[in-house]
This record gives sequence, structure tokens and C-alpha cells, in this order.
Amino acid sequence: MKLSDFVVREAILVDLKATGKEETIREIVKSLRDAGQVAEADTEGVIRAILGREELGSTGIGQGVAVPHTRHPTVQKLVGTVALSRHGVDFAALDGDPVDIFFLLISPPNQPGDHLRALENISRHLKDERFVSFLRQAKTRETVIEQLEEADQGFA
Amino acid sequence: MIQDPNQVARRRVEITNALGLHLRPADKFVRLAHRFQSEIRVYHEGQEINGKSILDLTTLAAECGTRLDLEARGPDAEAAIEALAELVVARFHETEEGHDQDPAR
Repeated sequence: MKLSDFVVREAILVDLKATGKEETIREIVKSLRDAGQVAEADTEGVIRAILGREELGSTGIGQGVAVPHTRHPTVQKLVGTVALSRHGVDFAALDGDPVDIFFLLISPPNQPGDHLRALENISRHLKDERFVSFLRQAKTRETVIEQLEEADQGFA
Repeated sequence: MIQDPNQVARRRVEITNALGLHLRPADKFVRLAHRFQSEIRVYHEGQEINGKSILDLTTLAAECGTRLDLEARGPDAEAAIEALAELVVARFHETEEGHDQDPAR
């Protein structure tokens, strides 16, 4: 699985306005809704489900990165997107650092394997300091897309 | 008890929770691994990863049914392997749906 298989380009955000955890999740899910990936009627349900998951333990996995996610029947296939924050968000991350890179994932309820492979893909790239630093510096959606494509090619 | 600082312990385990080694089980594994001094390595299909790193564990994409070889090296290797294997066998204390079996955890 590649990043481009599930990252919805039109939903990528490079300057999150939100400063809190809930607002951040809300802003990213709404971006996926605006890109036509989450039904209007399901938007609030998806936001609630992701927040519920965060209550079980933060998905802030360290080094300024978080992977908020949920399973939800609103999607037929796994979708996700990338969002960057210029100021960092207090996400109660495992290492306590503010989070400025988000990979948000929504998976269909019955495909745990795809969720694991998306997570594997994200984790693998996040271990590459160069990728993380370039992604962090990206100022436009196009630059983020370039970084993701380059990362995909590196592991093709 | 005299502890051998060069103790090595190994155990093969199978992931048996329905959702596989996703983020929360990986987090539980890493937290438990950090309670031990021993170095923890996990081997799977030619990959060798650090069992104390959540990013390393999630790169395994270990689905239900995957077999992993755990290895601990250090003064508390036996205890570490025992505890970690127990966590995996207990399906990371999560239900089929991925909820915690013991809300008091």
C-alpha cells in the first residue's frame, strides 16, 4: 500500500487553524467531507468516533506526529489525509510534545488488514527524518503531494 | 536471586486479536517492554525491529494469525519475555471490536 492509495489530495491542509485536539479533528474531518469523502450526515458521527478513540489513549505517537483514526461505515474503502499545523497542537501525545503533523484515517469496519497496512506505511515513512522534516516545511498542498509521491517512489 | 546480565530469552507468539497489532496493542506492548531493562527485539519475516519503539512495531503490519519471534537480552530477559508473551496471548486485553476488556486498566 502507498500513501497515494489513501491520502485524499483535495483534503490536505497545510495551515490548520485549530489549536485544540477536538477542533483539530473537526477541521480535518470537515476537509474530508468537503472533498466528498465523508457524507454530510455522517460527519459528526465520524468526529465523535475519532474523539472516542483518542479517549482510550492518544494517537500522538511522538516526534510531533499523530495518527487520529476510526473505523466507520461511512467509507467503502480506507481514506485519509494529511494536515499540518504551524503552531502545534496539544494532543496529549505519548512523549508530551505538541503535534504539528497529522495523518487522519477512516477505515471501513471490516478491513483491519488495510488499516494495519496504512499504519505500516505511515510509520515506515515517519522513521525517515528527511521525509518528516521536508513534510513539516511544506507550505502548500502541492508541496505536500510532491513529498508524498517522492516517499511512495522511494519504496515502490 | 543472582541475575545474569547476559540473559537471552526467546519466545514465538501468535497475534490472535481480531484487529491485529494496531496502534493501541503496539502502545501496550511498548509500555510493558519499557518496564524491563532488557533490550527487546521482534523478528518477523526477515525484519528485525526494536520492541520498545511504537513506530517499529506498527511497521510490522501484523494481522491476526501472524507469528512473531520475541527476543529479550539483559538481566531481566526471562521476566520480560514472560510478560510480553502473556500480553500477546491475552489478545492485548481487547475484544473482537477492539474495546478494552478491562475498563479499569
